[in-house]
Amino acid sequence: MLEIKDLTHTYADGHVAVRDVNLTVANGELVSIVGPSGCGKSTLLRCIAGLIRPAEGQVILDGRPADGVPEGLAVVFQDYSRSLLPWLSVRDNVALPLKRRGMSKAQRREAATEALESVGLAAAGGKYPWQLSGGMQQRVSIARALAYRPSLLLMDEPFGSVDAQTREDLEDLTLQVRGGNDMTILLVTHDIDESVYVGDRVVVLGASPGHVRADLPVDLPGPRDQISTRELPEFVRLRAEVGRLVRGVTETTATAAK
Amino acid sequence: MTSMTSTTAPPAVPARGRRRGGIRLAGRLTQRWLPFVLLVGVWEAVTRATASPFFPPPSEIVAATGDLWLSGPAHRLFLTDLAMDNLLPSLGRMLLALAGSAVVGIGVGIALGRSERVFAYLNPILQFSRAVPPPTLVPVFIVLFELGTQMQVASIIFSAIWPILLNTADGARSVTPLQMDTAEVFRLSAVDRIRYIIIPSALPKIFAGLRLALSLSLILMVFSELLPGTSNGIGFQLTDAQSRSDMPAMWSVIVLLGVLGYLLNTILLAVEHRVLDRRRPARTNGKVGA
Ligand SMILES: Nc1ncnc2c1ncn2[C@@H]1O[C@H](COP(=O)(O)OP(=O)(O)O)[C@@H](O)[C@H]1O
Ligand SMILES: [Mg+2]
Repeated sequence: MLEIKDLTHTYADGHVAVRDVNLTVANGELVSIVGPSGCGKSTLLRCIAGLIRPAEGQVILDGRPADGVPEGLAVVFQDYSRSLLPWLSVRDNVALPLKRRGMSKAQRREAATEALESVGLAAAGGKYPWQLSGGMQQRVSIARALAYRPSLLLMDEPFGSVDAQTREDLEDLTLQVRGGNDMTILLVTHDIDESVYVGDRVVVLGASPGHVRADLPVDLPGPRDQISTRELPEFVRLRAEVGRLVRGVTETTATAAK
Repeated sequence: MTSMTSTTAPPAVPARGRRRGGIRLAGRLTQRWLPFVLLVGVWEAVTRATASPFFPPPSEIVAATGDLWLSGPAHRLFLTDLAMDNLLPSLGRMLLALAGSAVVGIGVGIALGRSERVFAYLNPILQFSRAVPPPTLVPVFIVLFELGTQMQVASIIFSAIWPILLNTADGARSVTPLQMDTAEVFRLSAVDRIRYIIIPSALPKIFAGLRLALSLSLILMVFSELLPGTSNGIGFQLTDAQSRSDMPAMWSVIVLLGVLGYLLNTILLAVEHRVLDRRRPARTNGKVGA
């Protein structure tokens, strides 16, 4: 279980990015996080990842306060392209983290090839990241995270650069991987439909400074289906509610700014 | 038959294009070497006209160079005994010192670039040491070390190490932070971080440092061999020829050093291109000048 308690983070310039965030995520749960841009979504993920030490509050993993990077963590960074190593082939980029998983060279290679296949990049393994389009690079960084078989997966706007069809495929891949591996996933997105479609819960963040504005359970039957799930009255109701909440946040900030 | 004529006709154009390309290449080569050839021509004419004993004509220098250094047996790459006994020890010392400078320079440079604490401790010492002109330390090394190889290698290292060390530190400092975050998240070992992230990031800078170190070590190689206590080496041959007032031999050493420097630099550049060519976007920095 992942518990975030009274988390507040202030950057060096005095800017308060998130304030008093409380959130509990059960093992194997997939939580979508939505919110206006700049509301502290990436900051929140970086605190959970142990990449920044929060000014106040705690991240607790399975009852123990996390100190540094938790075991079994994978992250798909928002700035995916700069997280890849340009001097390693795509396959080596995916395989490199597996060194710490006690796998042999052949096993790492096989796992990397498999993960690349699952994101539709079977043919790109021998290329270098800079030879691929932005959307393909984004899929490489997803493949790297999936090949690692994390127990906690943090994804920061992971499908932002891919086309609509690929995006749907990747949403379904995420659901499928989660189901098969008992993975806890936090997925940041700015796509309201997506947050409802993939999430067991949708957490809506408000801005200035970032805080939890709403935490909505998603009561949709699984397995989810791109066409029929999106037709369900509950889906339509939820996306409207999330949409209103996200918009409401921007309206309040707009009036507050005046 | 008709089909044959029709298939043989078209290549006429590419062939002409190729020939024109060949002419253009020849033209470019002429352009590049023309000033050099002209210079040598003028030099030859002037030295022949003045017949000064101090400035032998280039033809004589080339003949002396061939005679002294490059008229040995084919299986030794035409190196004479003189070349085997002097050129090889010089080169050996220089390459040994360069390798030592690279190992220590890259190692300390990475520590310096990645750790603020190491930087804080070492920076004043480095700035001081670097400011000392290396040749002034050669007499000190003569006292400190055994005369000959030890002293010479130490002298070369002390001058060649700085550009490698400081460039490596600079390169190691400029690693993309998100790449280090990625290493952190996936818990890469320290060795893997250095091998897969820090060194590749710093590589263009490391090569820039190596190129500077190469020319410095050539200078210090000759300089350290000019001093007493030397029994062989290119620099030793220079002082030896001087004591015999053998002008063509002296000039041949200078020509030899020029050729050597040019060759070594060309080899280093070729290695650099081979290593860095696989990674187009990362190689724009540190790639200027040679
Ligand atoms: N390193 C930093 N230093 C100072 N302010 C930052 C830094 N990183 C982000 N911020 C600020 O913190 C706020 C939240 O940023 P971020 O977490 O990236 O938001 P989001 O991911 O929701 O778009 C923004 O106002 C941003 O400008
Ligand atoms: Mg963000």
